[in-house]
Amino acid sequence: MADIVVKTEDVVKEYRMGSNVLRALDGINIEIERGEYISLMGPSGSGKSTLFNMIGALDTPTEGQVYIDGQNMSQLSQRQIAAFRCHRVGYIFQSYNLLHVRSAHGNVTLPMIFAGIPEKRRNEKAEELLDMVGLGDRMYHLPDELSGGQRQRVAIARALANDPSIVLADEPTANLDTVIGREIIDLIKSLNEEQGVTIISATHDLKMLDVSDRIVDIRDGLVERIRNREDIEIEVGEVGGH
Amino acid sequence: MQQRTPIEEQIDLPFMESLRISFQSLKIRFGRSIITTAGITLGIAFLVSVWTNNEIGLALQESGRQSTINTFEETTEKGISTKDIWLIVMSLIVCVVGIANSMLMAVTERFREIGTMKCLGALDGFVVRLFLLESGFQGFSGALIGALIGTLGAVLLGLKDYGLDLFFYFPLLPAQPEDGTMRLGVLVVILLGCCLGMILAVIGSSFPAWRAAKLPPAEAMRTEV
Repeated sequence: MADIVVKTEDVVKEYRMGSNVLRALDGINIEIERGEYISLMGPSGSGKSTLFNMIGALDTPTEGQVYIDGQNMSQLSQRQIAAFRCHRVGYIFQSYNLLHVRSAHGNVTLPMIFAGIPEKRRNEKAEELLDMVGLGDRMYHLPDELSGGQRQRVAIARALANDPSIVLADEPTANLDTVIGREIIDLIKSLNEEQGVTIISATHDLKMLDVSDRIVDIRDGLVERIRNREDIEIEVGEVGGH
Repeated sequence: MQQRTPIEEQIDLPFMESLRISFQSLKIRFGRSIITTAGITLGIAFLVSVWTNNEIGLALQESGRQSTINTFEETTEKGISTKDIWLIVMSLIVCVVGIANSMLMAVTERFREIGTMKCLGALDGFVVRLFLLESGFQGFSGALIGALIGTLGAVLLGLKDYGLDLFFYFPLLPAQPEDGTMRLGVLVVILLGCCLGMILAVIGSSFPAWRAAKLPPAEAMRTEV
């Protein structure tokens, strides 16, 4: 039996804007297996980022349920949700979301501070992780002193600080040029392959296609179709040309 | 890697850890902290100078001295004049609005930071505590400096008006003259100014921080300033 790590049941999200109600998600049902690399694709406004936020417990659905590791997220207490975000998930964002008052090293240690890891251990771990993403020589630089690609590497190191089983990446390459974007994708893919981390990525970067196991196409708040890797490989051949 | 284990409860951070993070944050955005603190300093300096000036005026009136300059002005009337009350109330309002504004701005521009910290596992209470500590420190230091500047200003004004007599009748301590009214004295005014600055700074910062911490992180991070 497949090991389902994320499951959504009829997830609906509505935003109230004055008297208007915007239905960003209109009943989403997906299942994600452990160790998968999933890309949520869709044009902007399709609801993929909203779905991303629901899966990552960054927002709550208006209706429906999200299960992660078999736990119904709506039944967790505030403290459990904080612990969930701290231990189970690593987040990577389009705009990096580093704390600009903390160095690269300080950003990576922060989730470990929240997890109560002793200082010595967390300093070592941060150094290891920053080495792994290739920033061993820029550890104590502030985010403002780093390039976009370097900042995203810090964000990746930070996402891995507490050994999460899921990494959520929201448009991780959208602010980067093609070459750097490719490097970031390869780095994320290597986490998936070498450490078995489940990767869930919202993207419309076609470069993400050929590393994904499955692609979930989202349109108008609904799952339009789910494509498997085999189908994708053919398409990548086509888009590779330009 | 944890699998299928029930989700544990997030732990509270030791107080020293919060203190360290909040001081680090103040230190690194030193320039910005100074501007926020200056907002508090100015508000309190204005209030304390007007108030102290008034205390000095009253004390010297009672001693029978008259201002060497304002001889034609209401000196026949004893006690606080309507104009003085008006001035103190106005400066109080300016001070409250100024401090609330600078604290609100300082927190609002950090909504994204609050959302990010929550993504990394911060509890709402931790976020609020961080802002409480930061604003408490800013409020206290800003208000203390402001109160001292305000007093100095009032003393200089008093010297100009009353000359060296000022120091013989300087209303440092609280007093109760025969007419039964209460004089607060300059020390109490300074103390009140400090407390007010600190309370306003803490309320002005913790309230929006608390509201931001209650938001789902996705919403807090969407906020653009």
